[in-house]
Amino acid sequence: MQKFEKFSGIVAPMDRANVDTDAIIPKQYLKSIKRSGFGPNLFDDWRYLDPGAPDIDNKTRRENPDFVLNDARYRKAQILLARENFGCGSSREHAVWALEDFGFKVVIAPSFADIFYNNSFKSGLLPIVLSHDQVDQLFTELFDQENYQLTVDLQNQLVSNATGSQMSFDIDEFRKYCLLNGLDDIGLTLQHAEQIKSFEQQYYQQSPWLK
Amino acid sequence: MSALTLYDKVWQQHVVRQEDDGTALLYIDRHLVHEVTSPQAFEGLQINHRPLWRKESIVAVPDHNVPTTDRDQGISDPVARLQVDTLDQNCDSFGLTEFKMNDRRQGIVHVIGPEQGATLPGMTVVCGDSHTSTHGAFAALAFGIGTSEVEHVMATQCLIQKKSKNMRITIEGPVGPGVTAKDIVLAIIGEIGTAGGTGYAIEFAGEAIRNLSMEGRMTVCNMTIEGGARAGLIACDQTTIDYVKGRPFAPAEEYWDQAVAYWNTLHSDAGAVFDREVVIQGDSIQPQVTWGTSPEMVIPVNARVPDPAQEADQVKSDGMQKALDYMGLKAGTPLNEVFIDKVFIGSCTNSRIEDLRAAAQIAKGRRVADNVKQALVVPGSGLVKQKAEQEGLDKIFVEAGFEWRDPGCSMCLAMNADRLEPGERCASTSNRNFEGRQGQGGRTHLVSPAMAAAAAVFGYFTDVREVELLN
Ligand code: SF4
Repeated sequence: MQKFEKFSGIVAPMDRANVDTDAIIPKQYLKSIKRSGFGPNLFDDWRYLDPGAPDIDNKTRRENPDFVLNDARYRKAQILLARENFGCGSSREHAVWALEDFGFKVVIAPSFADIFYNNSFKSGLLPIVLSHDQVDQLFTELFDQENYQLTVDLQNQLVSNATGSQMSFDIDEFRKYCLLNGLDDIGLTLQHAEQIKSFEQQYYQQSPWLK
Repeated sequence: MSALTLYDKVWQQHVVRQEDDGTALLYIDRHLVHEVTSPQAFEGLQINHRPLWRKESIVAVPDHNVPTTDRDQGISDPVARLQVDTLDQNCDSFGLTEFKMNDRRQGIVHVIGPEQGATLPGMTVVCGDSHTSTHGAFAALAFGIGTSEVEHVMATQCLIQKKSKNMRITIEGPVGPGVTAKDIVLAIIGEIGTAGGTGYAIEFAGEAIRNLSMEGRMTVCNMTIEGGARAGLIACDQTTIDYVKGRPFAPAEEYWDQAVAYWNTLHSDAGAVFDREVVIQGDSIQPQVTWGTSPEMVIPVNARVPDPAQEADQVKSDGMQKALDYMGLKAGTPLNEVFIDKVFIGSCTNSRIEDLRAAAQIAKGRRVADNVKQALVVPGSGLVKQKAEQEGLDKIFVEAGFEWRDPGCSMCLAMNADRLEPGERCASTSNRNFEGRQGQGGRTHLVSPAMAAAAAVFGYFTDVREVELLN
């Protein structure tokens, strides 16, 4: 996993609540056995006018001109500004992979669905929770300004705009540490292998029917 | 010691270590695996030369992609076939228990786990699928995980987790006749909303829940995730223990009494404190139908489609209007004026034998209505299918004009050939009515199996309580 460094990026608006994982990456793309290549099908149903499938070349499909990520201003966006309960629905990590493959590094929303929130950290996507009012304010700024950018500083847990006004966000210490250092969870857990083994010994003695 | 909730108890039993900030390493008893969320995890293990920590914990099955007809001819979609083949190869090379596509025990992962006794009270159960919450019906802590976590459990038998808060939802008193587990859970989601349970583990309690069979309890826990909570639990009682007894993976005879003694402790202590309590009166729950594109957009069958103009919250009102547009519905329409094109009876929510019995009871002696182009019945597993055929349910369905299929996820998410065409309206016993869930442009209304069968034979939504049973 890559280390998460401070960066400034273009912000794209996703101005609707309860954006679910089926919308983020429709199921026909889950047939892939790889982790990469989902970006062109991010928000597929909204993004194209023609139906899509894994074996259809996306270049042959008509784009929906009304969909926000097809707007020239947002094609290089790295930050997605969203509404309540972003990422609800299935546990598919493909949703996170698709957002990352498109180029997003951060999603900002007033709330996230639990599994999506959890999955994001596993691949280095940072979900930032801000208050309703703060998110509203960012939407207003975004719609008012050309070329709207935000700077995300994970070390100091700050989101700031070009004029320097800042909003701070909360994040679990352990998750922050892992993101900043690009650490893989499995390697970290295996440092406790002996402890897991001794837990097992006692556990199966106590519950022999599970062995 | 202070009074504990059921969730507290199961959690505590499985904590291997805990950091000062509350992050715990949680031990996992049962890991269910299917073809969609596992290939990248197996690949990760191989790349890093990591062995499986405890392969006995894994039970694997292909379900999402499998065809529900002509199975002996294999899978025609090459991409889907590759995914199922990859699962088979991974299970063979790692030496795992797998019920392959043509095994009679194959079925939807959340149906076969309990059916095989692979889900036991007090366990931690995970699967790379959000409807893992189903297994909480067994007083187990069961929740869906992403692919990185699938790999993590494979390599370490543990997950890095933080404890959720406790919520209890009590259904007081019994529900009325014709009101099923599906209606209970839809009514709950209507009440708390799709994000109402976010951050909580939900315990379902009360008379109406206790009265449910294990299959009904699984239906309720299955849709916990639609209420935003990753895990839903129900206390262990004699119903639970009777269900588990004698199943292939159930405890051996010599340990049975010891296991039951422990299982009998799996309930919230009197005086246990919940962070949030919700109480719903059982007799207030009617048969439910969703009208929109989120499971919280649900109303009783005898109600009218709601009006966005009446909603004060602007974001909500916009959401309602978008949903109505997508669903092709007008505010104020009574549901019994809404005609449907297709019916799907199946999915991990409602594809067990009791669900099929309930649907067959309504279908018996009737015919699928002319405006209904297709009515599918997809049993949850090969064993459910076999049982249904022994009872003659397949004949009832076929005579009524339903199609009787092989087990799998099928039109629940339309990853195989079973799907809605753009604009088609479906009465479905599955769990998600998101845009495009059952096929691009498809319109899904979530209902119970009996309500789906009634919609099939009348052609529009009908209150099952008013349907006469024919012989
Ligand atoms: S039946 Fe539907 S909800 Fe259940 S596991 Fe299959 S796809 Fe998921």
